[in-house]
Amino acid sequence: MIGLPHLLTLSAVLFAIAVCGIFINRRSVILLLMCVELLLLAVNFNFVAFAWFLGDLAGQVFVFFILTVAAAEAAIGLAILVVLFRNRISVNVDEFQLLKG
Amino acid sequence: MQPLVDLFPFILFSGWSGMLIASALGVILARNPVHSVLFLVLCFVISAAIWLLLHAEFLAVALVLVYVGAVMVLLLFVVMMLDINAERMREGLTRYAPFGVLVGLLLAAQLASVWWLRGSDAELLAQPQTPYFSEGNTRALGELLYTEHLYAFEIAGYILLLAIVGAITLTLRRRQGLRVQQVSEQVAARAKDRVRLVKMPAERDE
Repeated sequence: MIGLPHLLTLSAVLFAIAVCGIFINRRSVILLLMCVELLLLAVNFNFVAFAWFLGDLAGQVFVFFILTVAAAEAAIGLAILVVLFRNRISVNVDEFQLLKG
Repeated sequence: MQPLVDLFPFILFSGWSGMLIASALGVILARNPVHSVLFLVLCFVISAAIWLLLHAEFLAVALVLVYVGAVMVLLLFVVMMLDINAERMREGLTRYAPFGVLVGLLLAAQLASVWWLRGSDAELLAQPQTPYFSEGNTRALGELLYTEHLYAFEIAGYILLLAIVGAITLTLRRRQGLRVQQVSEQVAARAKDRVRLVKMPAERDE
């Protein structure tokens, strides 16, 4: 049978891979956005797993809202990325230091 | 063959978990950003399949429809439109890779140890509560969403509206020299500005 430890371990491994990805691909904004999506997916796994094992649908409702906010975040993030690329012809994080002072 | 039937979901889960982890590694390690997005799509599809095993049918379908169908396609569209120089992006890969792997391993060990070390809750959560809704996942979720979580649901709608407005405002470009319709000038036009009546004597044919 699928147990809660299996699900939590899968979620933890997914989360760790995504954090790894943020460190490895810290140059590219678009890969950072993708890693954030992976992080949210790992968190959603925990919610779905606990909703199943605790018999409480509130966890699934929470996943629903997380998906909503993640979609909004992706839309705004990509819009900012497109504007940045239009002004800078690059998506390299190192070149975005206008606010550095 | 009852044991094999009981084992079948676990076999599916194990296979899909392996594929999920492999494609997550593909997301962060692929050289081409387009390949990364496609691996991410694979991640979401496999996750939806696993959620089906966990009795989250509505969320699994929503993940495929909303996430893969809209958000990932948007991401893929942007990646393809931007024409990113992949080689230049990879310059800092080796310098930070050991640190990243170290942080990832520490994080995975911590998150997993939270479960493995706390045996006291093991009996409490040993068995999944199935079925914890009687009349279908979508109906149960909808009843909860439209009664208990109604305010949160409405706020989620406003967040989406805000995202639409924000994305359009950010990317809207006003170009100079475009011949566009000026509605205010059209409405403000008066007949005497446009039509000039000229008085002249009638002419007669010879």
